[in-house]
Amino acid sequence: MQSQATYNYKVVRQFAIMTVVWGIVGMLVGVIVAAQLVWPELNFAEWFHFGRLRPLHTNAVIFAFGGCALFATSYYVVQRTNHVPLFAPKLASFTFWGWQLVIVLAAITLPLGITSSKEYAELEWPIDILIAVVWVSYAIVFFGTIAKRKTSHIYVANWFYGAFILAVALLHIVNSAAIPVSLTKSYSAYAGVQDAMIQWWYGHNAVGFFLTAGFLGMMYYFVPKQADRPVYSYRLSVVHFWALIFTYMWAGSHHLHYTALPDWTQSVGMVFSLILLAPSWGGMINGIMTLSGAWHKLRTDPILKFLITSLSFYGMSTFEGPMMSVKTVNALSHYTDWTVGHVHSGALGWVAMVSIGAMYYLLPRMYGKTEMYSTKLITTHFWIATIGVVLYIASMWIAGVMQGLMWRATNPDGTLTYSFVESVKASYPFWSIRLLGGVLFLSGMLIMFYNMVKTIAGQKAYSAPVVAPQAAHA
Amino acid sequence: MRSILTVAGLVCFLGICFWAYSKSAKEGFDEAAQLPFTDDDLPARKDPGQQRKEG
Repeated sequence: MQSQATYNYKVVRQFAIMTVVWGIVGMLVGVIVAAQLVWPELNFAEWFHFGRLRPLHTNAVIFAFGGCALFATSYYVVQRTNHVPLFAPKLASFTFWGWQLVIVLAAITLPLGITSSKEYAELEWPIDILIAVVWVSYAIVFFGTIAKRKTSHIYVANWFYGAFILAVALLHIVNSAAIPVSLTKSYSAYAGVQDAMIQWWYGHNAVGFFLTAGFLGMMYYFVPKQADRPVYSYRLSVVHFWALIFTYMWAGSHHLHYTALPDWTQSVGMVFSLILLAPSWGGMINGIMTLSGAWHKLRTDPILKFLITSLSFYGMSTFEGPMMSVKTVNALSHYTDWTVGHVHSGALGWVAMVSIGAMYYLLPRMYGKTEMYSTKLITTHFWIATIGVVLYIASMWIAGVMQGLMWRATNPDGTLTYSFVESVKASYPFWSIRLLGGVLFLSGMLIMFYNMVKTIAGQKAYSAPVVAPQAAHA
Repeated sequence: MRSILTVAGLVCFLGICFWAYSKSAKEGFDEAAQLPFTDDDLPARKDPGQQRKEG
């Protein structure tokens, strides 16, 4: 029996564990920067300043936490749905260690102030090259595995993961093009408004492909598996996929409303953002309706609670996003905390929750077990996380709309009603509530860490044998 | 040229929609939708004797 080939669980296990670890680190930095807004005294050192820690937070949660979750689940799903072990296991191992090195380098350079100052692409050129190498290796492992599949179809989750891998390679390489002047300093290859447009073409598609397509791949595997029923409509998933691919690339310019970018380009971004509502909601409905006829499972299964709640937040934030891309709404919302609230509705509500659900599914299987050490603690985690997200986004909505209204208020003689600092003062209570929301979400992750350690303790690492596709049991 | 590409993109997408909802695609989709269930990934089921015999 042991002579049989096994799936490569090792790299999945490594990435899964680091997902939880980097989740805690990234969210801790988030809590610190939130606290710095409430207590400015906490900005006690150059390298501990809000301006340096904020990019560390975004990079850690997106690329370390989210990235590890995507690596872990994509490597798992591509093996299980194609019935073959990973192609090029050594290269897969390289992607793990390479990616961890990128994360560590980011954690060192960003607090030191070494940055290209492009949002979500702050890392300097040597690290960018390392990312590109790791990413190309990732693509080789992933598509190599699909190429040697034992099934005739390529399951839809793999399409989403594949699009995410290809698009991120394209985005990263184009946007990171730069002229180095020293080991730690480079200048963007683009200038002026072109630079801004390429940056937000990258930035928005990082949201679209890294934080959406990749996690939709996760959704299309783990929701059906955990609910134990096939996806609600496979044809809808195909249309969902192509609709996202055809529209996402054009929406980036909505980040540059009322700037030097030509008006028509802004309008294109706005129109495509509005169109995006359709595929986004199609995907959400497809995920949630997978549970139709089995709604009772939601009552008892906290992993499903995480997965389905994440879809609800996905629906909310993909409704909010197109709305905020409308120029007149954007005139109010841009540069306010509304944007921050919107991002976290997507990042905590959707990305983090679907990842957490998937990790609770994966972790025990990596050690030959069927479930986590404590299901009760998963339920506790779920409620703490949900309350945390709600506090976070509600406080940011209120603060954001208030800031927007205060900034645009004018007196009858045309002067501004409020100085900027008055809007800062008025935001204080909401920043405190946001901090509380963040602390709650982080506490949930600590509970998860405890649960993970208890699940793993004393267990041997496990790799499941490769099996030929058999008739579905359901 | 640019408008031709835009129209071609739209036509291509509509083609995909029609294909996805056509009868001919249905069978393949039904099969593909079952792919996550073509193997049992619960490692330690209570009835270990039954699991994962080569199919």
